[in-house]
Amino acid sequence: MRSLRLLSHQIRAQNRFFWRVPVGAFFTLMLPVIMLVLFVALFGNDLGDTGGPDDTSAAQFYTPALAVFAVGSATYTNIAINVSTRREEGILRRVRGTPLPPWIYIAGVILSAVWIALVSATVMVTLGVVAFDVNIELAKFPGMLLSFAVGSATFATLGVALSSVARSSSAASALANATILPMAFISNIFVNLGPEPPKWLRVAADILPLKHFGTSFSATMEPWTDPPAILWDRLGVLAIWLVLGAVVAVWRFRWDPLPGATGRTARRGRAAAAV
Amino acid sequence: MPNAIEVTDLVKSYGSNRAVDGVSFAVEEGEVVAILGPNGAGKSTTVEILEGHRSRTSGDVRVLGVDPGTAGPGFRDRLGIVLQSAGVDKELTVREVLHFYRVAYSRPREVDELIAMVELEDKADERVSTLSGGQQRRVDLALGLIGDPDLIFLDEPTTGFDPAARRRSWDLVRNLTELGRTVVLTTHSLEEAEQLADRVMVLAAGRIVADGSASQLRADFGKGTRISFGLPAVDEPLSGLLDPLQGTSRGRDRRIEITTDAPTADLAHITAWATSRGLELDGLTVSSTELEDVYLGLVGEEA
Repeated sequence: MRSLRLLSHQIRAQNRFFWRVPVGAFFTLMLPVIMLVLFVALFGNDLGDTGGPDDTSAAQFYTPALAVFAVGSATYTNIAINVSTRREEGILRRVRGTPLPPWIYIAGVILSAVWIALVSATVMVTLGVVAFDVNIELAKFPGMLLSFAVGSATFATLGVALSSVARSSSAASALANATILPMAFISNIFVNLGPEPPKWLRVAADILPLKHFGTSFSATMEPWTDPPAILWDRLGVLAIWLVLGAVVAVWRFRWDPLPGATGRTARRGRAAAAV
Repeated sequence: MPNAIEVTDLVKSYGSNRAVDGVSFAVEEGEVVAILGPNGAGKSTTVEILEGHRSRTSGDVRVLGVDPGTAGPGFRDRLGIVLQSAGVDKELTVREVLHFYRVAYSRPREVDELIAMVELEDKADERVSTLSGGQQRRVDLALGLIGDPDLIFLDEPTTGFDPAARRRSWDLVRNLTELGRTVVLTTHSLEEAEQLADRVMVLAAGRIVADGSASQLRADFGKGTRISFGLPAVDEPLSGLLDPLQGTSRGRDRRIEITTDAPTADLAHITAWATSRGLELDGLTVSSTELEDVYLGLVGEEA
């Protein structure tokens, strides 16, 4: 009970922190909304023959895709940047010196990001359904929630893992964007690659997690899929990434900051001390 | 009195460099101990090992009866740590930050009480990012006291304070010690060590080179008298002045300081040397050694 109380306090505190930094909140929540509105305006929203995955309205394609992108940036990007910033500022180190169990702190970071991701995805889906006539079915709702849960947990864990291997907050920020943006381009998030993309792009996208998250989430909104529309194979690939991320995070997570420009000996010393 | 801290043959190596090189000491409950030393002497490393922030290479460490290397939340519940380089989420207000950290403790102090203790009443609802460096340091101090700890580590607690705030923080630390709390502080400031600590340990190159009360250190290591003066520019080497002295000399910016057990003879030589050249020695003083001289002598630093 005490753990639960501490955890809920953590989640609320992390949440409050998120809303205090307007620029982060803007990028996480507003950017996907703006992208959806722009893409629909640019590519038109005439409902054509929606009998297959390659011939669909722009909104039907982009609403789930950008919702997935919003979830990715609310979890993966935000956690990677926030956790490495807090490490750099010595906040993690202070936390480690308190009786707060470390797992509760990490769980608070992950669950508050998942909560923001849920808000963001809800905004996107609602906007798509209300403004752009996107399909949504009650029977596929459990599959939608399941895809969200597995996807957000995976990308949150990968965010913690990235923050553990990045040497600084600026490196974490660069790495997060340098991974999620190209991944979004090849994973049917920003553009529909159609049935025959270049093979190497397809192979890369099939290995990386984002396409599987996008495909499984989109399937729960597409009019031509049958309920419950749960793509277990896609979720399975995500689960493998979740485990990989968790292994890296547990193996490499540091509470102490790396000293800035104090030379390699000191760095090695710190790294040794953290083990 | 049982010991709050027991350290035996503590070693911390980074490769071939022994940052802490065989340190042993004990701190009794209720004692206030200052660890003094120049940068790189190993004081922060030692304290971080005691706090459980850092692993050790070898040696035995007991803090509040447990090994800090493996201790869990129960140990940290009784500990207050004021780190040199620990931040807080600066977009939260002082009150929010204190509230954030206090919930994890089993006997937390009230937020308002803490704010009053560190005299931040005016800033309680301001974001930490708007506070001055000294005010942020007082937030650090409040966070160190938040769990009503039995043992408090203060790593350079008043760095960046103005003199008045520093004196008030000293009063605060004194109040804690009157309540029987054990305090271990690291500091560069001899004045701070002398003001607060029952006991001063001097660390140099990873070893304890002196351990005792300030007055004890002065008595043991501070024998002798200090002669100091400003030297006008002269055309000859100073060996004629310095070599015959019985004491040890050091100089900087044309100011010479001599620590000697034979003040009368050395003074006679110095004044004879100067008068024979028609020189006036600027600010010539003779005084008993200060704790600072003891300290500088112990750590082998050039003043």
